[in-house]
Amino acid sequence: MKNKLTVLISLATLFATPVMATSPVKEKLTVYTYGSFASEWGPGPKIEANFEKVCNCDLEFVALDDGVSVLNRLRLEGKNSQADVILGLDDSLITTAKNTGLLSKHNIDLSPLSLKSQEKWSDDTFVPFDYGYFSFIYNSEKLKNPPTSLKELVEQRDDINIIYQDPRTSTPGLGLMLWMKSVYGDEVNGAWQKLAKKTVTVTKGWSEAYNMFLEGEADMVLSYTTSPAYHIIAEGKKQYVAANFSEGHYTQTEVAAIVKGSKNKALATTFMNFMLSEGFQSEIATGNWMYPVTDIALPAQFSELTVPVKSLSFSSEIVAQKRSAWTKEWLIALTE
Amino acid sequence: MNVSLKIKSVQLPGILLSGSIFIFVLMAMSALLLYSPHVDLTQIWADPYYRHITQFSFYQALLSTLLSVVFAIPISHALFRRQFWGKALLLKLFTTTLVLPVLVAVFGLLAIYGNSGLFASLFSYFDSKLPFSIFGLNGILLAHVFFNLPFACRLFLQALSAIPEKQHQLASQLGMKHWYKFRYVEWPYIAGQLPHIAGLIFMLCFTSFATVMALGGGPKSTTIELAIYQAIKFDFDLQTGALLALWQICLCATLAFFIQKISSPTQLKSSYNASINTYHHDSWYSKCWDFFWIIVVTILVIPPLLMVVLSGLNQQLLSVLTAPTFWLALKNSLLIATCAAISAVICAFFILLASRQWRLVGLNHRADKIEMLATVILVTPGLVISTGLFLLLRDIGHLSELAFYIVVAVNALMALPFVLKSLTVPMLQNAQKYERLCTSLGISGFNRFYWIEWKALKRPILQALCLSFVLSIGDLSAIALFGSHTFNTLPLYLFQLLGSYQMQSAAVVALVLLLLSVGVFIIIEQVFKETTTSLDRAEHD
Repeated sequence: MKNKLTVLISLATLFATPVMATSPVKEKLTVYTYGSFASEWGPGPKIEANFEKVCNCDLEFVALDDGVSVLNRLRLEGKNSQADVILGLDDSLITTAKNTGLLSKHNIDLSPLSLKSQEKWSDDTFVPFDYGYFSFIYNSEKLKNPPTSLKELVEQRDDINIIYQDPRTSTPGLGLMLWMKSVYGDEVNGAWQKLAKKTVTVTKGWSEAYNMFLEGEADMVLSYTTSPAYHIIAEGKKQYVAANFSEGHYTQTEVAAIVKGSKNKALATTFMNFMLSEGFQSEIATGNWMYPVTDIALPAQFSELTVPVKSLSFSSEIVAQKRSAWTKEWLIALTE
Repeated sequence: MNVSLKIKSVQLPGILLSGSIFIFVLMAMSALLLYSPHVDLTQIWADPYYRHITQFSFYQALLSTLLSVVFAIPISHALFRRQFWGKALLLKLFTTTLVLPVLVAVFGLLAIYGNSGLFASLFSYFDSKLPFSIFGLNGILLAHVFFNLPFACRLFLQALSAIPEKQHQLASQLGMKHWYKFRYVEWPYIAGQLPHIAGLIFMLCFTSFATVMALGGGPKSTTIELAIYQAIKFDFDLQTGALLALWQICLCATLAFFIQKISSPTQLKSSYNASINTYHHDSWYSKCWDFFWIIVVTILVIPPLLMVVLSGLNQQLLSVLTAPTFWLALKNSLLIATCAAISAVICAFFILLASRQWRLVGLNHRADKIEMLATVILVTPGLVISTGLFLLLRDIGHLSELAFYIVVAVNALMALPFVLKSLTVPMLQNAQKYERLCTSLGISGFNRFYWIEWKALKRPILQALCLSFVLSIGDLSAIALFGSHTFNTLPLYLFQLLGSYQMQSAAVVALVLLLLSVGVFIIIEQVFKETTTSLDRAEHD
């Protein structure tokens, strides 16, 4: 008995001694991002390899649940964060993020940018790395007459069920909230309630929702107009299509910024410049399945994708002001 | 009298410890509140969403309690009267459901009642769809009943076994039938425990976290405890998190006060003794009735546990067991649970050294108070403590360096009330026996600990260690905020796998967690080759 105890205790102390990793000679750049970006099937690993070829450094992606979590993690850690760069917030969160005072202004040449979704990018803190349009994806073999507007989906189509993401944790979820708000304005409460009746579930992140949709748990899922490209290019399947809504589609520009407390600012700047170069942008279309922000050539299959007639967006100042009130609106509508 | 009021030196560490635990909890709470300093509890009631979740918390807790307690009465009654093969094992399983890591049970329930569980495949075999969804209120109730019904059964069984043999004989002589005997002999014993048991279960369900997090279906079925987590994690709204925590503490305190008022918890016998009572009139009808209930509870308890074992042995077993993520999570879990368990027991030991001195001289109130200070965590959500603690410490280190110590500290605190409960009586008895002997022989310090305390208290101490180990290894609330792919524990890893629908890998992790927590108890039981009676008491109080 006593022997067992001694073994247990010595084992415990053995584990408890903090094992310090031998400090690498190379500089290390820590980038906080969302799960699907850093995952093995996302663009992260290839971008990491491409960057490490040119920087003589060690790039580490720290994967957090979703875009909003990246920001919240930074806020929790405050001035003492380990992150050098945060990557994966979207344009609607820019003002909120800047207000934390935890981010540093960049010094990046923005001339390679060519975003078709909006006018000239001029933010002094955030640099975009890809963009896309939110959209509901459906399987055209199962759903023969998809809705042609958000209003049709919400108000008329009781035969369709959907899955979307939580606006508190996920940037697509936040996107839908803003999309609904821009279409419905003050009447959004009733619209949410109607939508709630056809909602299978609200997931925490994008990947759960998309996986459930592919498993056949719902007719439509909130994703991007570029998502079908994955099925066309990687799987050779053409049945997954993005519904084209006549009100227009809410736009998302995904952005990155340097953390003020970073001890590797020079390296972080190198990374941000790299972000607008080929080594990064070439992995976007077929890795993150979004539109690149530079003039890089797109795969031919991208021409088969739905392109929205109109792109919708709120300024990030308005979102910063209204986000919590609008989230409450959503929460309350769902509990009634 | 004056002499007895003096604080002995042996009491000092305990007094300091429980004082600092209390201050520590207060500081952690205020760290959140001070983050943005407008404290107004009425704003929670004024907010329709928070009003909804407050109502939902009450509603689900009430239903869970009703279902657990009402069904536990016929079941425990049947178990009390009948002897059958496997009864001892069934009762042993009953004690595990409450300390079982919540997510393991949730996994077992999902494997049966979930969208791709046993029932669903049965239904799809007949070309129809599952007529219910486990997500939302259904699942929450099911899981709460799974945890608490066996617990209630055991407590009722204890109450029933307190009926003196004489009363059974008398009832038999009077020729009392099934219903009359229940009404006039057995019911008073059950009724005496009813408010206490129902109150306890209500509180457990009211503050339920991991169950609701895993099975709640969105904003509609959210409890206050979960809303605290969401406010902090989703919105980084620390102030709302702290306000909600205060709100929950107020509600719990009020509840506890009322439960105290209506119930007078009589001391139960430490454990149910399976004495065969032959003094009842039997009939086919009552046989059927009893075995119907025994079958019901067996169907509730056994299949989910069985499913955890069965689905854990799948083709993913090897790939999970060879994944570095798994081993990292396992290592963290073992480390955290071991450190937390040892800290909790050491703290409890010192605090009880202080409190039992007071009890020896009749200052019970004082002893109660010092023990109460140390159990303040019972009403404070673990997540609030861990976040507050981190905010206090974040200027001295990175999250990744601090997270481990914070999780250990919070887990130790959460286990402390249970350890205190299980060690109070043995330590007091030991002091009553040996205090004078030790004083007259001048035995003190380490000598006293080794020769007097350890020799007699080895068993309760090790059991307390086990209990806090199992509680910590299954805990999700302290780690919930800090987890990332570099700092993971088994429950968090399981939660992530469930979240991303990797059911097979999740099954393996659930099995490992089940084996770990059940294994610890089996080892201890083997060590002592006796039934673990005081342990039962610890988890029941």
